[in-house]
Amino acid sequence: MKYVDEFRDGRVAAAVARRIHEEVRTGRIYHIMEFCGGHTHAIARYGLPDLLPASIRLVHGPGCPVCVLPIGRIDMAIAAARDAGVILCTYADVMRVPASRRESLLTVKAAGADIVMVYSVQDALAVARGNPRREVVFFAIGFETTTPPTAAAILEAQRCGLENFSVVCNHVLTPSAIQSLLDSSEVRRLGRVQIDGFIGPSHVSTVIGSRPHEFFAEEYEKPVVIAGFEPLDVLQAVWMLVQQINEGRAEVENQFRRAVTRDGNAKAQALVGEVFELARTFEWRGLGDVPYSALRIQERYARFDAERRFGLEHSPVPDHKGCECGAVLRGVKQPEECRLFGSACVPDNPLGSCMVSSEGACAAHYAYGRYRRKAASGRMAAGGP
Amino acid sequence: MSARVRRHARALDLRHGRVDMTHGSGGRATTQLVEEVFLGAFDNEWLRAMDDQARCDLPAGRLVIATDTHVVSPLFFPGGDIGALSVHGTINDVAMSGATPLYLTAGFIIEEGFALADLKRIADSMAQAAQSAQVAVVAGDTKVVERGKADGLFIATTGIGVVDPALAIHANRAQPHDCILISGSVGDHGVAIMSEREHLSFDARILSDTAALHGLVADMVRAVPDIHCLRDPTRGGLATALNEIADLSGVGMRIRERDIPVRSEVRAACEFLGLDPLYIANEGKLIAICPAKRAPALLQVMRAHPLGSQAAIIGEVVADPFRFVEMETAFGGSRMVDWLAGDPLPRIC
Repeated sequence: MKYVDEFRDGRVAAAVARRIHEEVRTGRIYHIMEFCGGHTHAIARYGLPDLLPASIRLVHGPGCPVCVLPIGRIDMAIAAARDAGVILCTYADVMRVPASRRESLLTVKAAGADIVMVYSVQDALAVARGNPRREVVFFAIGFETTTPPTAAAILEAQRCGLENFSVVCNHVLTPSAIQSLLDSSEVRRLGRVQIDGFIGPSHVSTVIGSRPHEFFAEEYEKPVVIAGFEPLDVLQAVWMLVQQINEGRAEVENQFRRAVTRDGNAKAQALVGEVFELARTFEWRGLGDVPYSALRIQERYARFDAERRFGLEHSPVPDHKGCECGAVLRGVKQPEECRLFGSACVPDNPLGSCMVSSEGACAAHYAYGRYRRKAASGRMAAGGP
Repeated sequence: MSARVRRHARALDLRHGRVDMTHGSGGRATTQLVEEVFLGAFDNEWLRAMDDQARCDLPAGRLVIATDTHVVSPLFFPGGDIGALSVHGTINDVAMSGATPLYLTAGFIIEEGFALADLKRIADSMAQAAQSAQVAVVAGDTKVVERGKADGLFIATTGIGVVDPALAIHANRAQPHDCILISGSVGDHGVAIMSEREHLSFDARILSDTAALHGLVADMVRAVPDIHCLRDPTRGGLATALNEIADLSGVGMRIRERDIPVRSEVRAACEFLGLDPLYIANEGKLIAICPAKRAPALLQVMRAHPLGSQAAIIGEVVADPFRFVEMETAFGGSRMVDWLAGDPLPRIC
């Protein structure tokens, strides 16, 4: 497969891995956070840690849009579908995120609510066109990558006079999340999370460019290497970060030059600017309320804002007792350090959001089983399975 | 049929007509539907007798029975339709014991308003699939439900076959050092359905692999009677079928990503849709597990058959109390291959 196989070539991987092994310094541990769930998934799926020296510790970040959705937002979606009687359109993963009262959009759908799984906001527009007498709500999630398509859909709905279409906006911003992490007491004061550098967002950076990350490099002295989602991209980014760390540099480097420029996609940014504005605050699972970390629909497009249109309210709901999604999202804990992981919380029956999406750290760990061989050898040593 | 007294004033309008509730009433309209759509297609001595049951002769051996229901959406897809699928799916379940499938029964649940032309097309497709598999559809049933109570058409089939009692092909017989073989490329059926649903088009059209595998199986057991396991990796794909066998046999498995055949257009579609071909349904592929020293002979006979020309040895069975299926990735790492979680592609068969 053109433009894909080249980035999954085992021989090139072995060569890059050799360079990394040569580059790491004895006695030094390198803590590298991969921000995006796409990176987390690639690392687990291709078995990347097998190629890396033990001194490289990959720390999972909060860049999985399904994972950072707080329970209260899912409750809001359920309220729209069940109580407001709308047709609710959303992505498959969102449907499985646990909400309050042991519900999810999937269980509410089974009980009769009109919930439609879509692949894109364009599918939701088609549902609205096909059901002119019903209200159709798109439950929009995602970082900067999926925001421009939502903006384009709202503009299209306005242009076509599609009165029955509206959006619950859960679009969140990557730089705010990174800053919130770096400002957290766990990183700054307690030193519980060590981050020596970031594998920077991939698709997000195609939209926002590499410039917004310069702040972290300069202000927090953390190197950032923007990397694609292919396994060779991630491997090369690790190599570049190790070099920066060894040389004491903290710069933004762009490994994903085939898609990312310094200024990003101006047209997409203009679309977003036209339709959205910064929300004063937004609740993230794991990070709590983060100021200016999300977008809301501007007043002049208020009729496409489902929250205003149906009077939907967000009320914060605590996570399941024992669920460590918050700590996992902040890089404080590895998935297998959660006592629910793999026992009460599994992909078929997730208790926390990180076990839902394939980009979630817990789901990736579970499905690709990196923890299991280790756990199994431990049990064997202790007297068999 | 020609000798029968004509009971129906007018023939069914098989071009523009639709199924209505009277076609499920059990009265004349039901008989007319059965005669003009199903009997016409499946014509054989058992159906012609119009009894409530079929009396069949069986050759020597052990009876093998399997049943399968089909709810695929859309009903017509590239490379097949629900009719052919309902024949192939059940024949394959029977054949995975090493048996020769002989007879099929079919139950139809039809939604009011279903186009008679589509029903005829599906019945004809079933008949053709059964005929080329040399299996007779000997009994059937038709029910009609109100509009909105079923999505067009559901078909349940049961297959009956006979197996040589000397064969012992079971999902619990995989043993350490056995070789794991696959009969061809994985993921074709699921991706064909998904492309149709999502209106995706690729340079080369992806066709479902739906096919009856008992001919291939017959060649295989003739050459290597000591095959330990056979399974057709349908829903849940190769990954789930291997986990089922590992679990039932109490063994682990090690497979190699680079040896698993996947069509490049299927890989491209999976990339595009965020799917893993290992978890995508197949309807014309089988997994075989046999002693390592017999594997080259088995591979050769599989490759000699048109439905096994892309067959490959993809890994080995290992002793593992944890029953893990692990894969060496083409990238150079290793990872667990777990059971399918959730349902990425509902209504696939």
